[in-house]
Amino acid sequence: MDYYDADVLIVGAGGAGLRAAIAVAEADPSAKIALVSKVYPMRSHTVAAEGGSAGVIQTTDSLDAHFNDTVHGGDWLCEQDVVEFFVSRSTAEMIQLEHWGCPWSRKPDGNINVRAFGGMKIERTWFAADRSGFHTLHTLFQTSIKYPSIKRFDEYFCVDLYVDDGRAQGATVLSPSTGEFTAIGARAVILATGGAGRVFRQNTNGGIVTGDGMALAYRHGVPLRDMEFMQYHPTCMPGSGILFTEACRGEGGHLLNKDGYRYLQDYGLGPVTPEPRNKTMELGPRDRLSQAFWQESKKGRTVETPQGDVVYLDMRHLGRAKLKERLPLICDLAEEFMDLDPADSPIPVRPAVHYTMGGIVADIRTATPLAGLYAAGECSSVGIHGANRLGSNSLAELFVFGHVAGDEALKFSKGAPAVKTDRLLDQAKASAAKVVALRDQKGGGIRHADLRKEMAMTMEEGCGIYRTAADMQATCDKLAELKRQFRDVTIEDRSAVWNTDWISAVELGYQLDVAEAVAHSALLRKESRGAHQRIDGYEARDDVNFLAHSLANYREGAAPEITYGPVKITRSKPGERAYGALGEALEVKEEKKDAAHA
Amino acid sequence: MPDAALAAKTVELRILRYRPASDERPSYESFHVPYSQEMSVLEALQSIKDTLDGSLSFRWSCRMAVCGSCGMMINGKPQLACSTFLRNLPPGPVTLEPLNNFPIERDLVVTVGDFVKKIESIYPYIIPKVPRTIEEGAYLQTPAQMAAYESFSDCINCMLCYAACPQFGENPDFIGPGAMALLQRYNGDSRDGGQRLRLDQIHGENGVWSCTAVGYCSEVCPKQVDPANAVNQNKTNSAFDFFLSFVRKA
Repeated sequence: MDYYDADVLIVGAGGAGLRAAIAVAEADPSAKIALVSKVYPMRSHTVAAEGGSAGVIQTTDSLDAHFNDTVHGGDWLCEQDVVEFFVSRSTAEMIQLEHWGCPWSRKPDGNINVRAFGGMKIERTWFAADRSGFHTLHTLFQTSIKYPSIKRFDEYFCVDLYVDDGRAQGATVLSPSTGEFTAIGARAVILATGGAGRVFRQNTNGGIVTGDGMALAYRHGVPLRDMEFMQYHPTCMPGSGILFTEACRGEGGHLLNKDGYRYLQDYGLGPVTPEPRNKTMELGPRDRLSQAFWQESKKGRTVETPQGDVVYLDMRHLGRAKLKERLPLICDLAEEFMDLDPADSPIPVRPAVHYTMGGIVADIRTATPLAGLYAAGECSSVGIHGANRLGSNSLAELFVFGHVAGDEALKFSKGAPAVKTDRLLDQAKASAAKVVALRDQKGGGIRHADLRKEMAMTMEEGCGIYRTAADMQATCDKLAELKRQFRDVTIEDRSAVWNTDWISAVELGYQLDVAEAVAHSALLRKESRGAHQRIDGYEARDDVNFLAHSLANYREGAAPEITYGPVKITRSKPGERAYGALGEALEVKEEKKDAAHA
Repeated sequence: MPDAALAAKTVELRILRYRPASDERPSYESFHVPYSQEMSVLEALQSIKDTLDGSLSFRWSCRMAVCGSCGMMINGKPQLACSTFLRNLPPGPVTLEPLNNFPIERDLVVTVGDFVKKIESIYPYIIPKVPRTIEEGAYLQTPAQMAAYESFSDCINCMLCYAACPQFGENPDFIGPGAMALLQRYNGDSRDGGQRLRLDQIHGENGVWSCTAVGYCSEVCPKQVDPANAVNQNKTNSAFDFFLSFVRKA
């Protein structure tokens, strides 16, 4: 088996992984970095982010305001010290990307422009038209080429972590192009593998978003935190789930029901104003908007289509010139995929799963409870999103915490003893043998593609926008059955080179573990908060019993054990979470109180 | 249901397959999948893989024409499978082949590494004209200055332009349209001062002068990057530079 020795191993080369690699390379050019990615870095799913990245820059804005928006948006399930740190570091990361060449959109005078986003009080979303993820990812990838200490393993798929002596010390990776395994030893390991949205049926995520890193850490005893909070994005293409960015609404787009009525005013998000108003109507947070769609659909005021019920995203009043300037990708998607021109017709949309708020539990330094293991980006739960992430906080998270992970992992690697190569190779061979056994097993003729569809279906049924104990229990049961069936999978393709049949079966194994963590965490949270909404007697938020992070602990051959951990509250006491007119009134009250205390 | 109606609801995909362990050379295999109005070529491939033949290999991820993974020859033309819809193709079988001009690794999967090396070779990052600290804030860049390079920064690295390029087909060392567009993206950026460093890539023996100005690269580009224009701009720069080199000597 091939062997590679690194100081820092990074698994995942999207926004967080690349940012971490550059941080290590800049801090210590002599440190050897192994950057593993199952796709070429510029294919990573960061590429699909559209709207932008949050960082306070306007003189009328403040770090406090970004903090408050984020904590309120997360329904007070955020780690407030981490949010404070995050908002304080974000703008510097955006500027750093600008220096590296990111084509952030500009004002006529050449200064950075920012746009409005859902749940944000003041415009603070940096954007590169509606290809913000694409441009930041390509900027980071291209910049990373500058650093000879970054050794890339492009198109290498991680099949296991190497944990020895209570420390993460490397990984076993598979090259699809040869079918051969490589053991990578490292003094510190960073996971930056992205989310797990593909466990649901209709989702905005790329095919690669299969929760690999989450499952890898989880299987080695690292808890997955707050997994019940899966974000439904309100405006997605019916059927495929492809995303129409929140920036469509940030730029002034409206949501209309089948009668052409801006129905969000019926769900505590009004008043209706001619110009977009922050934290009001279409600029409310994603959880509230997706819930309003569900309610509207129950009332029979949505439009039935073969791909499910839809409402309309209407941007006709913005005019073709503005649409082409600010939302060119959206225009292309509507035209190429749906044969319609958003300047002439409203776009049919519906909610789809978009983002995994929870993830590998990690602290403010991105350190997980397993020594030597760090996690950054969507795969992690450093605690900034709470029960509902605000749009444009996730790109910013990649850069802020990717940078931190690089610094911290490098620091750790300096004090870590060298990897014992013979022990690494023994374990890597065992890990590889397991994966090869799955490929070559006779099995019971079960197709993993069928299991994947059933998993995605049951997740949607039990863990959708609104949840009940009965449905969630049915999903937990179904997942247990699918895991049993997975043992009897027969992989048609037993060849070595580019056996994607085999790799997607391994990915399904990851997905089933992550899906179980989601469903069991959801079942036990007997309250409604953010993206977790129940309609079976637990409709209210319950701060007495559930102002707590869930922790899903892996148990081999059994359902996960769910435990709870405290939420760090620093200066924002849990209060009423409101938007629109009520939200504004509450904010005024809060400001008066602060002024009185000052 | 009458036979004609049944036939209308399926589509035939004729796919060039190659499995290195068992096949001496690539050959075509046909599959029939249910047709729907919304179906992309990628979804048809996924349908084959999920229900008919799990061993069919192809790359894909985002499904929305931005990750650049799923380029292939569709009825002889380089296109993205995810944004090519069956409804827009002529009736009859759809022929799918791996991207032209690249070595086939298996089925529709081609070798990408050499293309990535070309990207790496052109110094694809800002080499600051005037270095700046984070505390000094962002550079000023007017919309007009952005316009000088912005379209070249939209390249998704899908390699369709390489499959369209007859010159690259003949000489795999030719730097090619995509890398030249990226080079122009940085050369044209007001923040960058690395133009001289990139000259060798422009007028070396595999640089712009290898291009015979066919222009098919720009025609197949799914993002209107216009790599042919990038090559042309660099021909002008290269010629000017060549001229300047004499002036300097004199």
